[in-house]
Amino acid sequence: MTLSVAIRHAFPGFELDVSFEAPPGVTVLFGRSGSGKTTTVNAVAGLLRPDAGRAAADGWVLFDTAGGAWLPPHRRRLGYIFQEGRLFPHLTVRRNLLYGRWFAPKEGPGEDMGRIVEMLGIGHLLDRRPGALSSGEKQRVAIGRALLASPRLILADEPLASLDEARKAEILPYFERLRDEVSVPVLYVSHSAAEVARLATTVIALEDGKAVRQGPAVEVLGDPTVTPVGARGAGAVLEAAVVRHHADGLSEIEAGGVSLFLPRVPHPPGSRIRVRIAAHEVLLSRGEPEGLSALNILPGTVESVRAGEGPGAIVSVRTAAGTILSRATRRSTEALGLAEGVQCHAVIKTVAIAPEGVGGA
Amino acid sequence: MDWLSPEEWQAVALSLRVAFWATLASLPPGVLAAYALARWRFPGRQLLNGLVHLPLILPPVATGYLLLLAFGTRGPLGSLLEEAGIVFAFRWTGAALAAAVMAFPLMVRAIRLSIEAVDPRLEQAGATLGASGPWVFATVTLPLVLPGILAGAILAFAKAMGEFGATITFVSNIPGQTQTLPTAIYAFLQVPGGEASALRLVVIAIVVSMAALLLSEIVARRVAKRVAGA
Repeated sequence: MTLSVAIRHAFPGFELDVSFEAPPGVTVLFGRSGSGKTTTVNAVAGLLRPDAGRAAADGWVLFDTAGGAWLPPHRRRLGYIFQEGRLFPHLTVRRNLLYGRWFAPKEGPGEDMGRIVEMLGIGHLLDRRPGALSSGEKQRVAIGRALLASPRLILADEPLASLDEARKAEILPYFERLRDEVSVPVLYVSHSAAEVARLATTVIALEDGKAVRQGPAVEVLGDPTVTPVGARGAGAVLEAAVVRHHADGLSEIEAGGVSLFLPRVPHPPGSRIRVRIAAHEVLLSRGEPEGLSALNILPGTVESVRAGEGPGAIVSVRTAAGTILSRATRRSTEALGLAEGVQCHAVIKTVAIAPEGVGGA
Repeated sequence: MDWLSPEEWQAVALSLRVAFWATLASLPPGVLAAYALARWRFPGRQLLNGLVHLPLILPPVATGYLLLLAFGTRGPLGSLLEEAGIVFAFRWTGAALAAAVMAFPLMVRAIRLSIEAVDPRLEQAGATLGASGPWVFATVTLPLVLPGILAGAILAFAKAMGEFGATITFVSNIPGQTQTLPTAIYAFLQVPGGEASALRLVVIAIVVSMAALLLSEIVARRVAKRVAGA
């Protein structure tokens, strides 16, 4: 099921005008705060009535202002996971989980409560009330509540933004499982490049209320013109296979015939993973580097050099493993003579590959 | 109850009955008015707000007189209701009506505050999970404002127990018919040797008021504890 969305809505001082397609899998609306991500999702949910637009999936029309169609939120069959959980404080976890099921049509298979509870690891919380849960537990219950409503579309608005790094690491795998095990499309709002790299099947990059780029995650994130959260957030994503785990704590992976080393990943040999390589952790060298401590040296060709507003630039290098982004100063890109078509080497320190940037593909 | 004379006992029982029915009957319109004032934006909202609060600021005698004009047997509403077999004037039902009108602003204020404290985002969450408006109200809003409704009801009950001015103006002070606890105290103070009876009724008024207050505290604490999840 592919969801197609077109929304135009004017706020004082801000205009949203987006249109995109969300194929099966996780579609991430990616952009800095104020770019219109939440407004878009709320319009799809029916919590905001846009000035004009349409959202439909396979003939199932959520709204169509041209035709005057408007399904109220409670008839849209959604599973909306909010940033702040929004669990009902007066109900136990069990009754929170079952809330949506009550209103869902009785026919059809529906999600199995036991399976969801086990997947999210919340079996021991069922008789508690939300007030007694940690923020990470609350968010897992919120995910379960959305799934158990038998939704035809899952919406998630920065579901990890209110959590600390440890809790994020705890929840991210559940979203990966959601992407891999649940068949309904997921529309996911995020401003975190690491989250996007791990979860997204499709990325819609939003900027000032416009969808500036959309496509498969690896393509969009490898595009140096897409840095919606500033150059600091830039980073390319490589898809790779785990080859083996070495005794010295490193994992060897292979992407496009090139071997790379990174700190031990939890995925077993043979599994496909995605690795996000932050642009500011990549060095570029014109000659073959020697005597360096870095383990990962990838020869490639410069695709583009894009100068930012400050002293920095983003260099995009095509290697056998995929496109790598590197952040350097304009001074050094000029000194090295980096320009489109120039041969160079991308150097990545193994320890610079952060564990939160590695996820199942 | 031999420490209360039959007349005193009558007044206490009538007051309890009046306050009970006044509270119960004003709950549905009270919740509706509180919800409308807290959530809806409609023309005439300020007018409704003013009307609800009028008995709080008007002299009670004036409220009682207005009730007499409207609900007296020759009043426009009173004659209409009389055909339907409902009579307010000089009956205990009239005392209940007067008490309900006088307690209404206090009840609405308490409920309105608790409705305003409900996070509308929780109601949105209910809607996204498939609950229509009335269902969201019944399963999310209402349970969350229950402490406010209870507080409002207990406040209204206490106010109804003590209502004097509007009651005596509207339904007079007929022993066994419309003589409530406060009007009975007033009546006892008007006759020589009635101080002892008046004092006994004052003690009962204190006990009932304190009990209501304690009850509301206990209920509020229970509900707060439940919601906090402890």
